[in-house]
Amino acid sequence: MNAMVKAEGVHKSFGAVQVLKGIDLEVAPREVFCLIGPSGSGKSTFLRCINHLEKINSGRLYVDGDLVGYRQKGDKLFELKDREVAAKRRDIGMVFQRFNLFPHMTALENVIEAPMQVKRETKAVARERALKLLDRVGLADKAGNYPSQLSGGQQQRVAIARALAMEPKLMLFDEPTSALDPELVGDVLDVMRGLAEDGMTMIVVTHEMGFAREVGDSVVFMDDGVVVESGLPREVLTNPQHERTKSFLSKVL
Amino acid sequence: MTTKLDKTGPVGTPSPAPENIKAIPVRHYGRWISAVVTIALLVTLVYAFAEGDVNWAAIPDYFFDQEVLKGVRNTIWITILSMVLGVALGVVLAVMRLSKNPVTSSIAWGYIWFFRGTPVYVQLLVWFNLGLVFHYINIMPIYKDEWSDFMTPFLAALLGLGLNEAAYMAEICRAGIQSVDEGQTEAAQALGMSHTKTLRRVVLPQAMRVIVPPTGNEFINMLKTTSLVIAVQYWDLLQATSEVGQNSGATAEMLFLAAAWYLILTSVLSVGQYYLERYYARGTTRNLPATPLQRIRVSLLSGSNRQGMGA
Repeated sequence: MNAMVKAEGVHKSFGAVQVLKGIDLEVAPREVFCLIGPSGSGKSTFLRCINHLEKINSGRLYVDGDLVGYRQKGDKLFELKDREVAAKRRDIGMVFQRFNLFPHMTALENVIEAPMQVKRETKAVARERALKLLDRVGLADKAGNYPSQLSGGQQQRVAIARALAMEPKLMLFDEPTSALDPELVGDVLDVMRGLAEDGMTMIVVTHEMGFAREVGDSVVFMDDGVVVESGLPREVLTNPQHERTKSFLSKVL
Repeated sequence: MTTKLDKTGPVGTPSPAPENIKAIPVRHYGRWISAVVTIALLVTLVYAFAEGDVNWAAIPDYFFDQEVLKGVRNTIWITILSMVLGVALGVVLAVMRLSKNPVTSSIAWGYIWFFRGTPVYVQLLVWFNLGLVFHYINIMPIYKDEWSDFMTPFLAALLGLGLNEAAYMAEICRAGIQSVDEGQTEAAQALGMSHTKTLRRVVLPQAMRVIVPPTGNEFINMLKTTSLVIAVQYWDLLQATSEVGQNSGATAEMLFLAAAWYLILTSVLSVGQYYLERYYARGTTRNLPATPLQRIRVSLLSGSNRQGMGA
């Protein structure tokens, strides 16, 4: 089976600071892939490289068999045009730590925006799917509310619905529960669990070890820009082999 | 707040309300004195004007004079057109300045530097006198004329005011665009929206909240700045009233008349600005405060019963 995401020696630096120092990994279709590790380890940066919000400096990154951000002809690489990059991003949903809902639009308007503007769907079609999605994340009654009228957990669930409205084949979650009050985390994780059960390919940067263990198919522990350890969640989380993994887990569990 | 709440209706056994504090308030003698002094000064000023050598009766006589009304119309017209030109060009310049292309951003910088750095009065005169540089205007297949015929007072006023305004609007728009959180752009791009779509659908509507209040000020400023177009002989409000004043001998009176018209126009604009700001504030506050009209309606419907509002 072809990998949904494949990274080969991915390097990324911001100026003189090397953030990713050669990442190699593969994410299979329908897999829930959890990235854990301390802050500044490069997890979020790697996630942002996958939909080309950040450009990688060396290595190769593939999504569904296609090179991210470039086109290869012979042994030459050509940068993709903005339009082509945008087209690739349609198939990759992303959920941010700070939600990033559009504050001037209601929940429903947030969800129908991209299908109407990018996919040129009619309002009726987009609206019907949006209402289904809002119902699925448990917010059918909040369709007409502006983000400022919603709690953090509700905003994040709208953000998930907004990403799903583009019917992506891959979902990226960048610490989706880190900005939430502890009692709101559960609702968001429930929605993500439901997605996983439906077979969505998901890459989740998270500090929720419980979620990684229960829902994750594989876990990767990153530190200082490299993959330290990877494997099945119960192996990595309960029986870590590396000292660095052990000391990190002893602090967060 | 200090009045007792008159609770009627079936309430169990109401606990006796605690007695309200009755205290003698602090006397603010200073406030009384300053109020009396300022009122006295104001009365003196009004009296001086009323007793002065001003024929006040002339003002209502000429208030709706045909020439004056034409001036009012032209002032409104040139204000609107100059602002439209200024806003449209200002948005373009702001986007140019923020562009990654060093040539376009430098050109925008230079434009703003020049038009903000020279007085608008000078710019108006320069437009009017450009015939020294260009003797003919020749847009090959469409239009060809002598410069002096082409550059009418109207066009000189429009270009002088509008192009100057664009420089200010560019800076206002740039500040607005930069005030929008970067996460918004990222979210839009992650959804596959193009740069243009992101700007138009996500960034600009949010930037509007920052752009609208100063633009309202610019609009009001523009209305007053149009009085300078007298330099290019455009028949605006001030030109009209001066002319009427010279013909009727009531020069000073006509200046007061002009001032009154400007006040009326700027007041109308202020009300419009209030509602526009309200519109772009949607989504940023949980509940928008009621407009003055809505408040009046509520208080009329609930009669004089003030407790009706709180419930």
